[in-house]
Amino acid sequence: MPGKLKVKIVAGRHLPVMDRASDLTDAFVEVKFGNTTFKTDVYLKSLNPQWNSEWFKFEVDDEDLQDEPLQITVLDHDTYSANDAIGKVYIDIDPLLYSEAATVISGWFPIYDTIHGIRGEINVVVKVDLFNDLNRFRQSSCGVKFFCTTSIPKCYRAVIIHGFVEELVVNEDPEYQWIDRIRTPRASNEARQRLISLMSGELQRKIGLKVLEMRGNAVVGYLQCFDLEGESGLVVRAIGTACTLDKLSSPAAFLPACNSPSKEMKESPLVHPPSHGCRSTHNSPIHTATGSRLTQNFSVSVPTLIYTGMGSGSAGKEGGPFKALLRQQTQSALEQREFPFFTLTAFPPGFLVHVGGVVSARSVKLLDRIHNPDEPETRDAWWAEIRQEIKSHAKALGCHAVVGYSESTSICEEVCILSASGTAAVLNPRFLQDGTVEGCLEQRLEENLPTRCGFCHIPYDELNMPFPAHLTYCYNCRKQKVPDVLFTTIDLPTDATVIGKGCLIQARLCRLKKKAQAEANATAISNLLPFMEYEVHTQLMNKLKLKGMNALFGLRIQITVGENMLMGLASATGVYLAALPTPGGIQIAGKTPNDGSYEQHISHMQKKINDTIAKNKELYEINPPEISEEIIGSPIPEPRQRSRLLRSQSESSDEVTELDLSHGKKDAFVLEIDDTDAMEDVHSLLTDVPPPSGFYSCNTEIMPGINNWTSEIQMFTSVRVIRLSSLNLTNQALNKNFNDLCENLLKSLYFKLRSMIPCCLCHVNFTVSLPEDELIQVTVTAVAITFDKNQALQTTKTPVEKSLQRASTDNEELLQFPLELCSDSLPSHPFPPAKAMTVEKASPVGDGNFRNRSAPPCANSTVGVVKMTPLSFIPGAKITKYLGIINMFFIRETTSLREEGGVSGFLHAFIAEVFAMVRAHVAALGGNAVVSYIMKQCVFMENPNKNQAQCLINVSGDAVVFVRESDLEVVSSQQPTTNCQSSCTEGEVTT
Amino acid sequence: MTSELDIFVGNTTLIDEDVYRLWLDGYSVTDAVALRVRSGILEQTGATAAVLQSDTMDHYRTFHMLERLLHAPPKLLHQLIFQIPPSRQALLIERYYAFDEAFVREVLGKKLSKGTKKDLDDISTKTGITLKSCRRQMESCSVAQAGVQWRDLSSLQPPPPGFRDYAAIVFFANNRFETGKKKLQYLSFGDFAFCAELMIQNWTLGAVDSQMDDMDMDLDKEFLQDLKELKVLVADKDLLDLHKSLVCTALRGKLGVFSEMEANFKNLSRGLVNVAAKLTHNKDVRDLFVDLVEKFVEPCRSDHWPLSDVRFFLNQYSASVHSLDGFRHQALWDRYMGTLRGCLLRLYHD
Repeated sequence: MPGKLKVKIVAGRHLPVMDRASDLTDAFVEVKFGNTTFKTDVYLKSLNPQWNSEWFKFEVDDEDLQDEPLQITVLDHDTYSANDAIGKVYIDIDPLLYSEAATVISGWFPIYDTIHGIRGEINVVVKVDLFNDLNRFRQSSCGVKFFCTTSIPKCYRAVIIHGFVEELVVNEDPEYQWIDRIRTPRASNEARQRLISLMSGELQRKIGLKVLEMRGNAVVGYLQCFDLEGESGLVVRAIGTACTLDKLSSPAAFLPACNSPSKEMKESPLVHPPSHGCRSTHNSPIHTATGSRLTQNFSVSVPTLIYTGMGSGSAGKEGGPFKALLRQQTQSALEQREFPFFTLTAFPPGFLVHVGGVVSARSVKLLDRIHNPDEPETRDAWWAEIRQEIKSHAKALGCHAVVGYSESTSICEEVCILSASGTAAVLNPRFLQDGTVEGCLEQRLEENLPTRCGFCHIPYDELNMPFPAHLTYCYNCRKQKVPDVLFTTIDLPTDATVIGKGCLIQARLCRLKKKAQAEANATAISNLLPFMEYEVHTQLMNKLKLKGMNALFGLRIQITVGENMLMGLASATGVYLAALPTPGGIQIAGKTPNDGSYEQHISHMQKKINDTIAKNKELYEINPPEISEEIIGSPIPEPRQRSRLLRSQSESSDEVTELDLSHGKKDAFVLEIDDTDAMEDVHSLLTDVPPPSGFYSCNTEIMPGINNWTSEIQMFTSVRVIRLSSLNLTNQALNKNFNDLCENLLKSLYFKLRSMIPCCLCHVNFTVSLPEDELIQVTVTAVAITFDKNQALQTTKTPVEKSLQRASTDNEELLQFPLELCSDSLPSHPFPPAKAMTVEKASPVGDGNFRNRSAPPCANSTVGVVKMTPLSFIPGAKITKYLGIINMFFIRETTSLREEGGVSGFLHAFIAEVFAMVRAHVAALGGNAVVSYIMKQCVFMENPNKNQAQCLINVSGDAVVFVRESDLEVVSSQQPTTNCQSSCTEGEVTT
Repeated sequence: MTSELDIFVGNTTLIDEDVYRLWLDGYSVTDAVALRVRSGILEQTGATAAVLQSDTMDHYRTFHMLERLLHAPPKLLHQLIFQIPPSRQALLIERYYAFDEAFVREVLGKKLSKGTKKDLDDISTKTGITLKSCRRQMESCSVAQAGVQWRDLSSLQPPPPGFRDYAAIVFFANNRFETGKKKLQYLSFGDFAFCAELMIQNWTLGAVDSQMDDMDMDLDKEFLQDLKELKVLVADKDLLDLHKSLVCTALRGKLGVFSEMEANFKNLSRGLVNVAAKLTHNKDVRDLFVDLVEKFVEPCRSDHWPLSDVRFFLNQYSASVHSLDGFRHQALWDRYMGTLRGCLLRLYHD
């Protein structure tokens, strides 16, 4: 009996009127955990009931504590008929199960009903007493911390990064059970919500067990997804990276951190700009292999696709004995693992040695009913297959690990596309196992890789390249080879040298597909996939060149399957890496040279393209130093290239200047216009409009080239659905529609957020789905962050000054340390363990003059501000505590769509409610922000004829407590004032 | 390609002040978009009309959802659905409860709950304010009148500037003062609001008993009853003559319209005192302003009294009563005349 769960129901407010006659409600509450239920008294005739119940105590196994949600139902008592449900609150008590997180959950929760939405609020207090369990076969994994954040959370230090953990559980979807025909929509929705809540609890527990087995204590980059497979069931799967984390909290741990900034870097590698001899970097050309398979173990293997221009490869020597040693060690560390995958996208300094390129694999499967939910082997096997493929792709790139790894699915009827992608990389073994190799290696690392360009250097053997690439000597160190273009799925390493600013680059693509059934359908899809993938990459490459940039970070390619089409959407952040060669322009070649006007047209286009490139370079401030342009020759014809290859074997890597010759003046990229399609493509390249001035956008955590963020943030979700006119749709028309949809959406965002200028949209996350035949739905979640324009101007100087700039930012950083020191090394703990620090100042309305004359007792508790962001940090603030993971699933349904303002009104209200519920849970945990917030699913279905609609939303994130950096000094002197909010809430508890 | 669904939801609810104003003014989305286009916003931002349309729709939807909360301002403070910074909340409430003077002038003194559709239609046509806006303003007035919300509204920081005006509106509605008569048309809402404030300060229960809620909107019944006592000032011939001579002595040579004043004194005094005496009856209370204009403002105006002379006269007229030995209700007189003097001076214009 290892745990006692205690629940107290305090009060309700703003309840709906349930009795029309009296305009009042006779409310009571049922508290349910597992199979035990308690009830409060009925509080007669009030919309603001004060139950002030006793403590309801549940004595339960910790296994149940992890799996089960606490279920609170508010009902209206009815003497003559059945009691009417007002709504429910599900509380995940997981955050209470590990010691460092929240100690109590207490606050106002919105009462949610799947048909009516939020109907008032209820004040609940939840506590857990865990007994020490010195036991045996643990089925629970209490104590393992979970983080959605895909980097080592601030205020922790990674001792060991163990590696990949995954798990999936399956079940029948209650919506498709026979009983659904006779129960109400509400009952069905609630069954689903409850089941998913249970399943994710179970999943998390099982992952936790695996982590304990690996002797880790945390999961970072935890990503949990649902596959609604319809008839065939419901799959909940999760992946993450097991780690052993150390909390950086004691003053002792901080003192050295202040002396050596590089340690501080570990704590928050993203907030602080690069510096301090850390050398994580990546290097990779684009190697994306697509394997698309059919069901029944029948697999179509697709040749590796290379998207660089004409390769004019050159050669050089392997990186010397050190590199080999490193590789060996990494290999041995990683070989013990089945899948050397890491879901992280940002790493501790020194972790990442080289980056090979993007690896991805897709597989098309036919779904069939899951017969035995306890043995989810089929789904497991599917994923294992894909992961194996990813692993072998990485190997082909000379890499032993995959970082920035993620998995996704797209389901339409019975066809399912499973996708996995990541970035092949060579890692430093130091973090992968206990310090066996640490001593000497670490030192050698420091000596050998002092540059910021190490990650760009190719990890593979250039004589035996997996694909024709276009290599040159690194523009930074001039010693190692780098590819001409680099695609990755990770964030830009903090120490990478970037010239100018980055920008969001998207490739968008639609392909019509015949409607088909089962296997024929699957075959059709797997036949289309490689072409789509190829085109998406071509588009990305073209747009990258058009921007005058040479690397993509945070690449995410989503292929969505619909009844009669496939959609591809790739988003990434383009940057100009100083270590990589200057990208060549784009050259247009016509296929029918006889036609004079055609020629003219081509040259006109060419001019336009050149102008655009020039304009973009100016816009993104890309002014690479003009070096050795003279010695760089024109493109090298094929024969010469070969001879060079042979010669290169005898070359020593010191002969840098000579080798630069091999790097053609990169005009290499030729677009052939051989038909109208190609023409369209070129046109569409030119239609992408840059954001209005003062706006930047990226899909990575932070915008390369901007580092002076101010504190204003605005997270938002925007959803658009368009209906295609079904008349003779062509691929071109589809593409145009889709392109317009995305562009217009972006334009709308820029317009809406214009008051925040200068600002940057970060972590722009597009999701495409095809809910019906002619509908395309695009969902965007991102955060707008303001930055200081004046400082930004400074950084826009020439790149030569850039390094100076860097030095100066380092200084600034150093200045910040004393400040942090003083807060962190305060005598005792600066913040009492409870929730004294919780809310970032009660809002002014709260204190101020409240002339509570007849106000109800709850009236003086103003709602504290809870920030939400998809990023792992909050600009201008320091995260002091992680309170636990937020993982919530909601269903909303309506049978009065028109009355609720149509589909837009319905979804608008629902998303606002979801935000509200997330905020309420975070506030109840004592937090004031959610970081790494993500809306993983937003499934919207409508039936306007029946006046009905349904929507499912799944969100997750990490609840945290943050303190404004500007408040840090103040906190120590003014501690009592920070308690304002908590005393308010406590006031509520006692009244 | 048609847009089926198009929404934007921010963690902090975005409020565009300009769109809010258009929404409050009752413009349809189409009209609002047209007006925004005319404001030159497209050129400033480089946006397209479609973007503007989508943005406007989105804001309208948000406002529509907020409206339920705006009907009860305290709810807006405690709700969890929309995260709005306090300053914005205050702005939302302030703007929502702001009104057009032209509209309020029309409904002043009428029952607020009974804004029938036809009445609103008429007002809308007469004032050029959209029907929607009229309806909102009517509702705000009745929300205000319901009174409960008042206290919380007043606890908002900072108190909405329109607050005092609402006091006037509710005060007029409660007492059903007649303001619609033709001869009162020259008076603006500001004139009435001024009078209302004076009366609230001096003639209500709250004025004498500070324990009472200062928002109490009823006139002090006892005081009105007592006003009958003032009748002696005109009923008693001697007293009236004495009063007249006192005033005339004091004002001789100081008044440009002295002769007119002297001739009219008895009429004017009778008028003012009779108004006081009539206030006992609810029905006559309603006609207070009609009476004041008829019995005092109009006679003076027809004799072309300048405002300064009216001030001299009224000051002297009320002060002289203190020298009337036979008159015992000095305090009562001051409470009555003090307020009335202020009102009359405000009402005395063209």
